[in-house]
Amino acid sequence: MSTKGMAYVVGAYEHPTRKATDKSIAQLHAEVAKGALADAGLTKDDVDGYFCASDAPGHGPLNMVDYMNLNVRHVDATNTGGSSHMIHVAHAAQAIAAGKCSVALITLAGRPRSQGQEKGAIPRADNPLQADFQWENPYGITTLNIYAMVAMRHMYEFGTTSEQLAWVKVACSHHAQHNPNAMLRDVVTVEDVVNSPMVSDPLHRMDCCVISDGGGALIVTNREIAQSLKRPLVKLIGAGEAPKGQMAGAVDLSYSGAAWSGPRAFAEAGVTQADIKYASIYDSFTITVVMQLEDLGFCAKGDGGKFVSDGNLISGVGKLPINTDGGGLCNNHPMNRGGMTKVIEAVRQLRGEAHSAVQVPNCDIALAHGTGGGLGTRHASATLIFERE
Amino acid sequence: MVERIIPDPNPNPETEAFWEATKDGRFMLRYCGDCGKTHWYPRAICPHCFSDSSEWRQASGRGKIYPYSVMRRAAVPYAIAYVTLEEGPRMITNLVDCALDELAVGQDVELVFKQSEGGYAVPMFKPAG
Repeated sequence: MSTKGMAYVVGAYEHPTRKATDKSIAQLHAEVAKGALADAGLTKDDVDGYFCASDAPGHGPLNMVDYMNLNVRHVDATNTGGSSHMIHVAHAAQAIAAGKCSVALITLAGRPRSQGQEKGAIPRADNPLQADFQWENPYGITTLNIYAMVAMRHMYEFGTTSEQLAWVKVACSHHAQHNPNAMLRDVVTVEDVVNSPMVSDPLHRMDCCVISDGGGALIVTNREIAQSLKRPLVKLIGAGEAPKGQMAGAVDLSYSGAAWSGPRAFAEAGVTQADIKYASIYDSFTITVVMQLEDLGFCAKGDGGKFVSDGNLISGVGKLPINTDGGGLCNNHPMNRGGMTKVIEAVRQLRGEAHSAVQVPNCDIALAHGTGGGLGTRHASATLIFERE
Repeated sequence: MVERIIPDPNPNPETEAFWEATKDGRFMLRYCGDCGKTHWYPRAICPHCFSDSSEWRQASGRGKIYPYSVMRRAAVPYAIAYVTLEEGPRMITNLVDCALDELAVGQDVELVFKQSEGGYAVPMFKPAG
């Protein structure tokens, strides 16, 4: 059964903070929940489904439902890192279609900056009991060098250059200048990026996203409730999810799970790449964007470097505007999980509520895509396609 | 020169045999008695066909760099890599005993063991000589 057109995003809220030294993690979850409900025109008592991932401390819904004193009949704690909250949107649509809930609340929050994580070059905080730990931890695996190896291989196989990767950051910086909440608001050039310090070959410091505190929340509901509210109607028309790992040793870094999740979402939505007016593409690193755009079919495999160059991702300039909030590279990457903010900016674009300098005209169909986990080890891809009704 | 401290692997009952063999300088791979395929990292149940009749065999220790990356933001810079083993699987490892700026994708490498913090022999690779 397809859930196409059966669920609507009626509330979307991005916390304005980027450093929350004076707040608890649970408090941030509640603040974004309150913000998304207010945006939708709903109240806490309307919520009957709750979705969160491992950024919610404790047993996820168990502790958060109690903290927020919600009365829900459906919970989901799917955890795939930064793509979790995108998969939650798809799962919320499924739960709504099955009648298991009617108003789903999805929250993300965290405070890695306040807790002292200022950079991504530190070893990953993995669980020593996870099966892969002993085969990776001795080698100094970090988020940064996992993604860097993907970039290195992409350059080797396809001739992609550092200058091409830099264009992703340049595009995000052009958008971030209009976002008063963005962490990095200065417009940068290709030269700025390639001249920034090399952190893990071939990635430079400015190929990497920010580390920020904060969070975001979404409200997903059914058609009847959506139509009763005063917000523009943003309908989910396609969704796909796909974990991809090391395939028992047959590691292939030339593509990501987007090559599987993307076609599933496009097939369900019944639209093509040419129909997408705006795309939120998870930009943990510049290479992540290049890889995902290829795998989603916006260009041929290996042509991603050329595709992102010369401002092609800048709103009002290029053919495919992405991450008009400034993305994870310049705006926000709360709790090191960028899927939530990707959905929020797609909703803003479809509502016509993005900043006027970056609003895509007649934005009727938008895509949001994310990669949770490590692009070079194991990750989960999630693709969502929305239509303004 | 300051050496990088290598964290311990944290073996478990499923993998103890692997780490025991490394003490004698042997680098072992799992082969499936049913589907005939080898895999990495080692598991009790074959991840290709779910057979439980896999066995350990010593690997040649030869391979090629698939990609690598030099981590510059560390107390002691180091190279992480995927190495394509001669037997087929690709594994995450470190490239050691080499000039970090002279590594190349596709380069031939060979096995070398380095001691972890707690005394485990950890399989790594150096340029083939």
